[in-house]
Amino acid sequence: MATGEIDVKYVAHLARLALTPDEEKKLGAQLGHILGYIEKLRELDVTHVEPTAHAVPLVNVTRADEIRPSLPHEDALRNAPKEGGGLFIVPKIVE
Amino acid sequence: MLNQLTISELSAKLARREVSAREATQACLDQIARVDAKIHAFISHDAADALAQADAADKRISSGAKSSLLGVPIAVKDVLAVKNQPLNCASKILGNFISPYDATVIEKLKAAGAIVFGRLNMDEFAMGSSTENSAFGLTRNPWDIERIPGGSSGGSAAAVAADECLAALGSDTGGSIRQPAALCGCVGLKPTYGRVSRYGLVAFASSLDQIGPFTKDVRDAATLLGVLSGHDLRDSTSVPQPVPDYTAALTGDIRGLKLGLPKEYMVGGLDPEVKAAVDAAVKKFTELGAEVVEISLPHTDYAVATYYIIATAEASANLARFDGIRYGARVDGNDPIELYDKTRGAGFGPEVKRRIILGTYVLSSGYYDAYYLRAQKVRTLIRNDFLRAFETVDAIVTPTTPTAAFKAGEKSDDPLQMYLSDIFTISCNLAGISGVSVPCGFTNNPKLPLGLQLLGRPFGEESLLKIAHAYEQATPWHRERAAL
Repeated sequence: MATGEIDVKYVAHLARLALTPDEEKKLGAQLGHILGYIEKLRELDVTHVEPTAHAVPLVNVTRADEIRPSLPHEDALRNAPKEGGGLFIVPKIVE
Repeated sequence: MLNQLTISELSAKLARREVSAREATQACLDQIARVDAKIHAFISHDAADALAQADAADKRISSGAKSSLLGVPIAVKDVLAVKNQPLNCASKILGNFISPYDATVIEKLKAAGAIVFGRLNMDEFAMGSSTENSAFGLTRNPWDIERIPGGSSGGSAAAVAADECLAALGSDTGGSIRQPAALCGCVGLKPTYGRVSRYGLVAFASSLDQIGPFTKDVRDAATLLGVLSGHDLRDSTSVPQPVPDYTAALTGDIRGLKLGLPKEYMVGGLDPEVKAAVDAAVKKFTELGAEVVEISLPHTDYAVATYYIIATAEASANLARFDGIRYGARVDGNDPIELYDKTRGAGFGPEVKRRIILGTYVLSSGYYDAYYLRAQKVRTLIRNDFLRAFETVDAIVTPTTPTAAFKAGEKSDDPLQMYLSDIFTISCNLAGISGVSVPCGFTNNPKLPLGLQLLGRPFGEESLLKIAHAYEQATPWHRERAAL
């Protein structure tokens, strides 16, 4: 397991989160402290233990492949920061 | 005063036509006008809409309609979608978002005739234990306004404790219903995972979140649970388990039932007044004919660490959708990545950022096995502790919190200290079982509420509520109200 240090800048990039240098520094210290605490999980022997992803395990929850009504267009666009022509307007993605 | 009644009491008066839904709603609105400037349980509320719903309820009542919540004003944590009302999760990032649909629980409340109103304050995106992480200001504990009401459903707990509504909805991921209920002196119930649909609940940690009620007594909690519960096709994690009449379980007779007191929870370092209250509760249970035995939950010490890996990992995925593209506030950029970075940097508060970064890290390449996978395995060990305990006891009894409400600002500098205060409530969500907090006394000076937590088998809410109700009815705590 890691030594309790996070490359905050790299992780923030993965999370698409802009941080000020001050935030980066503060977070680095706080998260290092928290990760140090989390190290205690290493004390346990978890060989042959199955992971629990969901406490009440349901399997293969599916529905019939039938068309059902979904959110109307106008409702879906209602909260858009920028919309036009029934679409969400975003900055240019490709040159 | 009508706002001071329980749901049972108000429903009876409405059915006898002694009072109207409009009068009851107006009483709540008047109380909000009187105290909310001080308490700030509500981020906002739409008085005109509430009164319109009340008038509709009165019409239904006079035409002879009967429904368990008809005419009852119930307020809502700002994390649930109510059609045409704001939805902010106490964050700036959702901007002026207006919900285009009702959450399933809201549909159910409305179908049962409830007057659904208000946006109750909370920690941003349900991340916190004090409601200090709200982008809309603090909520204050009605018992002492220098102190926090708990979190993340602090507004819900404070509103019920301050008689600003007859009940409220909250959500619980690591204790966010039970802890504020304990600190504010009301009843808070987290149903078994999968009991209540999460459709329309803004997700924090999808394998831990559950919606639940805040009420003034256990009977009301049972009534509300019956309305909220049920399988929902729109939530693939909701369980197709039949919904019993939870109120029918409240017989008052708990003779022969066995309760377990986990030795790992009653350790040195527990506040003496909290210990005294739990000891007194144990004595009361014995008087009522139940047997209290010591049990062991050996992996207790690992619960907080496990939770803060799993919950933050899931949160980092769930909060990825707040990107300024389809809804909410947007800070522009030259390309979408810059837009995401700036929008999220500006829109999220510090606690949310902290958890997103931690969650992203524990899921990232090279660290996934060491952190996330390991935490999921420890989660199995924690769950097995409870399932094993339930082979010998019917319910587990613990303090809800290690202390009474702390002062605003006291823990906000040390995130880890804040996390450790969730120690008693957190395992319940990891194990997926049901849990309820009921008032069990007060500290001496100042007079602050203390909560007793009962934990029950998965889908064992009937037994859980029966035990909670019997204790409540044999004690005076639930009748006390803060002086406001």
